[in-house]
This record gives sequence, structure tokens and C-alpha cells, in this order.
Amino acid sequence: MKDKNDAALRQDLRDFYEDYAGALDDVRLEDWVGFFADDAVYKVISRETHSQGLSHATIYCDGLAMIRDRAAAVQETAVFEPRVLRHFVGGPRIISRDGDEIAVTANFLITEALFDAEPQILMMGRYLDKLVERGGDLKFRERLAVYDNHRVRTTLVIPV
Amino acid sequence: MSSTIASEEKDRTWPELGACRVPAWVYSDPDLFKRELETFHYGPTWSFIGLECEVAEPKSFRRTFVGTRSVLITRDAEGEIHVVENRCAHRGSPLCWEQHGKAEDLTCPYHQWTYDFAGNLQGVPFMRGAPRPNPGMPRDFKKSENGLRKLRTHIHNGTVWATYSDETPPFEEYVGPEILKLITRVFNGRELRLLGYSRQMIPCNWKLYFENSRDPYHATLLHSFFTTFGIYRADAKFMVSPQPNGHEFIYSVLDPTLREKRSEVTDEMKTLKDQFTLHDMDVVSPVDEFEDGLISSLQVFPSIFVQQHGNVLALRHILPKETGKTELGWIYFGYADDDEEMQSRRLKQGNLVGPAGYVSLEDSEVLAQVQGVATSTPDSIQVVEMGGRDNFEPSETAITENLIRSFYKFYREKMGF
Repeated sequence: MKDKNDAALRQDLRDFYEDYAGALDDVRLEDWVGFFADDAVYKVISRETHSQGLSHATIYCDGLAMIRDRAAAVQETAVFEPRVLRHFVGGPRIISRDGDEIAVTANFLITEALFDAEPQILMMGRYLDKLVERGGDLKFRERLAVYDNHRVRTTLVIPV
Repeated sequence: MSSTIASEEKDRTWPELGACRVPAWVYSDPDLFKRELETFHYGPTWSFIGLECEVAEPKSFRRTFVGTRSVLITRDAEGEIHVVENRCAHRGSPLCWEQHGKAEDLTCPYHQWTYDFAGNLQGVPFMRGAPRPNPGMPRDFKKSENGLRKLRTHIHNGTVWATYSDETPPFEEYVGPEILKLITRVFNGRELRLLGYSRQMIPCNWKLYFENSRDPYHATLLHSFFTTFGIYRADAKFMVSPQPNGHEFIYSVLDPTLREKRSEVTDEMKTLKDQFTLHDMDVVSPVDEFEDGLISSLQVFPSIFVQQHGNVLALRHILPKETGKTELGWIYFGYADDDEEMQSRRLKQGNLVGPAGYVSLEDSEVLAQVQGVATSTPDSIQVVEMGGRDNFEPSETAITENLIRSFYKFYREKMGF
């Protein structure tokens, strides 16, 4: 990855982020799991908590096993109103490179359409990510989705 | 029914069968909502305000609410805690716009009136007029009479409570001996560690949220994640106990062997997922840190639900916003001396609850649905008969609605229905 020039890497990142958003739009959560490295940490965390440096996360996955469990629990056990979500991701920006790891940030915005209501903004915020290359593919080693919403609108079902 | 009630609200009559019936208009009438706030939140009750560890430093503050009113919890230079309204005594501007922070004093951004952390007015710019000899404030204006509105405050092992009313009985008496014992089980004097917040805005009346967490019957059916792992099942040992002043508690004995057991109870649970398993079982494998085998929850009416689900320690701060809108503020905490393993366990098990909780997300989903129906059919009547129409007694089974009935018995007395 360090051999790649910035333009090529940015293009790869853009594809990677858009594919991730596409997997969530389609609720292909098994595919969603595939975006993470084996030792990945995935957290969805309120800005209120993150800005104070506190450790709780609204969704807290330490390791790929917990990421798999999140996907399976949503699909197999959770009862919720049917919804259609769209994930809009701003162009990812490289913040720094450290050995085989790159730190990347990107804004996100998620809209939600329920059955008999107008679509609305469900959530917005930014990703604070660390990516590595595994077998020629990019993977998240750490993904923090820090949401700006002071309050989640009703419920957060699909991961961010 | 008094004529005052009839003039404020439509001519409401409670269904004849009493507390085992709930008329849907209690969830949608805006006049009733206002009267509830006056009766309960601004009346003779103790409201939860926050944890002492949320304002750990001297000269710090944090915003929260009692009812729909913005209040501040402060810690002064000497370390003492105060609760005051976040409303300048002059023109009503909020003093603190930040959600929390540190400051030298409380200064209103509008005209820079300053108050100390106890809410006493310290300074009024141009008090004697400017440029002199303009009159300024009247000579008999007394700073001592123009402070912030102060609430009576009580601290119990790191938890902070406040009340607007002089009539509220002492905290211990208000919550009663059994609730006090269960609060003290979790808030036992060990120093607390704040873990963080997850907040939700649920489009439902505040009472619907209270009732949902007083309803162990639904928990054994709707929440298949819990039942699948035997964490909260109808064949566990329960204590479901209504308490005076609108409080309640529920505890169950956690039995790890339940997961493998099939019985007449599991046959009734259509959603039980026999084959579902987890790759990381820490989420559903609590350790018995209180050495009593219990999963416990309790409500101190009208503001808080204290929960210990395994090793997740959380407060659910229930803040009414509008008739059909309620903020649910989840405050997660542990103890300052938790080792790394326990810290990790609390964070992992946090996935069970909150806005994205494997269990709790279903509650907010259901309540949003129920509110819509209640609003469109205010004259419809809900049936609360499980466990017996007139049964207000503690129950050793989860299959009961005794807590909801007890709540409406209390509610009708206080609201004059």
C-alpha cells in the first residue's frame, strides 16, 4: 500500500467506501462483515461520548466475532419496522500513514424511509478509520462512526 | 370529576373497570400532558438529575432537565453540588449554552448577570447606571432576592436528585425501604466511573416508556434475543413488585442452565431461536458481581429507570418533551476500581441495551407504533388484565401486568380521575 501513489489510493478508497455504503443500503450484512479485518474494532458512538473521551459505544464490536454477531442478531432476532436506508459518504480523506496502516476520515449521512412517512435524515456524522491491506484488499482495522445527532431518531437498527 | 379538570381537558371519564383499563387519550391529550408535569415533575417528587461523577471537578456544570425545564447541576469551588434552573432571573435567557463545562461563575450571555454555582446573584453590569449619574437599577433592588431558582437537592451514594416542592418527603421516605435497598445495591458507595451516553428521541408519550419497562410479560415474548440465551425467560424465578409513590422493581434470578431447557413455557414462545448462537459469548455471559445471582431493574417515579442487566449498569433518564415525544437518555457507568476485564465486559454487554440494543431497540420500535394508534383512536381502551383485574400484589412470575395496573391506580388518585 505504501508503494501506491496518492491518486491511485484515493480511488481505491473511494470504491471501498462506496461499496461499503452499497452493502448497507441493500442490507447485505454478511457482505458488510467482509469489509473488516480479523482484529477489527467497530464502534458507533455519540459525539457527546466521543468528545469526552469516554469508552461506551452505542454499537460496540471488539473483534470480527462481535461484528458477525451484530449482523446475525439484526437479521435473525430483531423485531423492527421495515425501512429503506440510503448511505451517502463524502470523499474519504487520508489523514496519515503509519507503516501498513492508513488513517482516513469521511463524512456520512443516512436517510431513512419508513412505510407511511416522509423520508427523513436518520443520522449524520463522520467516520474515523484505520485501514490495512489484507490479501490485496483494503479492510477496516478500526472504524469509529461518530454521530452528530444528540439523540438517535427512535432506533438504530442497521449498522452505520 | 372536578369542574376544573373538565374545563382544562375534554370531559374525560375513566373506564368503569378501573386500573385494568387504560383509555388511549392518556397518551395523546396535550392538556393532560401539561397537568402531569405540574402534578408529578414539578410537584412533590424527587427527580433524578445526574451522577456526581458527571460534574467531577470543582467549578463545573452540566445541563439536564426536570420535566421540560432546563436545569443545571453544578459543583462549586468547595466541591458542593447544587441544582438550579438554567434560566437567568433577569430576562430568562439560559445561562449555560454548552452541555457541560468548567467556568469561573455562571454568567448570562445576554446581559452578563453573574451568579455563583449555588445560584446566588453576584453581579449586575451597570448596577448604578452609566454613564453616571444615570439611575441604574432601583436603589432597593436586592441581589439576594434575584438569584436563580434553586431546587432542593439530595445526594445518595453518587446519585443526585432534586425537587421543586417543599412538600416532598425526605428522599429515603419518598423511595421507600425496598427501593432504597435496591438502589444501594448498585450505588453502594464505590466510586463510580462514567462510561458514556446514548440518547434516543422516541415518538411516544412518556408514560408508554414507563409502562414498557414495568411490563415483564412483553419482555419474555418480544425480546427473542433474551429468551434465546435464557437471560430473561418466563420459567426463571421472578419478583415483580409495585411500590408506593409510583415506583416499582423487578428482579429475576439468572439461571445459566435455562438456555438448554425446554418446557411448556418455551412452547408458548413462538420467536425462540433454537439454532441462533453467537461467536462471542461474552455479551450474554455476565459474571455475578453482586453475588446474589440477580438481574434487577427499578423505577423511581417520575424520571428514572435503574438497570443492572448482567454487568451493564445503566440509567435510563426519561424526559418528556411533548405529548408524543420522549427523550430516553441512557447513562452508562461502572466502578472506578473495575479491572480491565470487567470494563470490557460492561462495554460488550452494552450491546444488549440502548438505541441499537439487541433487546432495547425493539421497545422503541414498538412504542413508536403504539403511539400512532393511540393518537388516532383516543377513545379506544387498552386491556391490562394479565395476572388478574384487581391484582396489585407482588408477583413471582413475569407473566403479569400488576405493575401497569398499580401505576394507573396511583395515577388516577393523583390526577383526580
